Amino acid sequence: MKIRRLLLTALAACLLGGAAPAPASPEADRTAFQAFFKDRFPQTPFADFGNGPYAVNAPMRKQWEEIMQFPPYDFALDEGKTAFETKFANGKSYADCFPSRGIGIRQTFPYFDTKTGEVVTLDLAINRCRVANGEAPLKYQTGMMASITAYMSETSRGKPFAIEIPDDPRARAAFEEGKKFFYSRRGQLNFSCASCHASSSGQRMRGDILAPALGILAAFPIYRSDWGSMGTIDRRFTTCSSQMRAEPLPPQDIRYRNLEYFLSYMSNGVPITGPGTRP
Amino acid sequence: MASTIRVRAQAGSTSTEVQALIQHPMDSGFVKDSDGKLIPPHHIETVTFVHGGKTVLTANWGPAVSKDPYIKFSFAGGAKGDELVVTWIDNLGKTDTLTAKLT
Repeated sequence: MKIRRLLLTALAACLLGGAAPAPASPEADRTAFQAFFKDRFPQTPFADFGNGPYAVNAPMRKQWEEIMQFPPYDFALDEGKTAFETKFANGKSYADCFPSRGIGIRQTFPYFDTKTGEVVTLDLAINRCRVANGEAPLKYQTGMMASITAYMSETSRGKPFAIEIPDDPRARAAFEEGKKFFYSRRGQLNFSCASCHASSSGQRMRGDILAPALGILAAFPIYRSDWGSMGTIDRRFTTCSSQMRAEPLPPQDIRYRNLEYFLSYMSNGVPITGPGTRP
Repeated sequence: MASTIRVRAQAGSTSTEVQALIQHPMDSGFVKDSDGKLIPPHHIETVTFVHGGKTVLTANWGPAVSKDPYIKFSFAGGAKGDELVVTWIDNLGKTDTLTAKLT
């Protein structure tokens, strides 16, 4: 009797809630996610997924290799290095806000802050560092924020993404929120992130090759030829949103941060390649 | 302020291959800003590459050249260690110059 009721409840849950899958662990999610892309792109070495579309399209890779003889982000990188090494008015600098003095730590961002119960991205940490030292926060998306993250990424090149989900229900919830965002359809075109970057990854969207979601954030910030300038993850997310004809969220909105947390965790093991260049 | 010019010049057996990237807004004068006002023209007019006192390339650029322009060319001769002087002048009379060594 008891068993029958249980079965019925389970059946009802399946019918009502659509898919009510057994709660997979983030680790199982990651293994399945990475296996999907390894299977989809058997020619691509795992470490190469940080190179986005160039990892899966040979002609584009050739053009990119020529561009990389003279990377267009060079000027931003220099600007970022100078800014990073310049002291604030109070005599402190960015290095004082980060572990390892801010060098070679990009792969650990975003992280879940168990004190405040939220996801902290590198961009957010930079602005919090500025505010804590009496400086005005930087504008997100472009300009100096992109330059400083470019320098911090450059010092972390080759280090594999090492995102942790601490044993905290809020951290797990943030991950699940990011996952939900990634797979949810939105906007007038009714696309999800996954429509392009998972099930259609490697294919053409008009003139562009859709980058695989695995390792897609490893190259940020990027110099995007279409923008003609540098842009951060926020700039990419808002651009993606408007391309799907969805309302873009404000930069560093908690939903974007959770998405970044999810994507970075799923890419654990893919080396940082940023700053990058994209068409 | 770091230089606005990046140059890489590689001397081969008979010729030298030069690549350069210049940081410049290259405003055409036809684009409006977010307030609807025209952004005045501000673009490079002349770029010169001088090797051993001899001008190996002069480029006359205009508003059609895009932001942060990149140029690649080669010239006959040139040996490792030679100097190559790159200079640009824009329509506002601003200029920058850089001396690079051939590698």
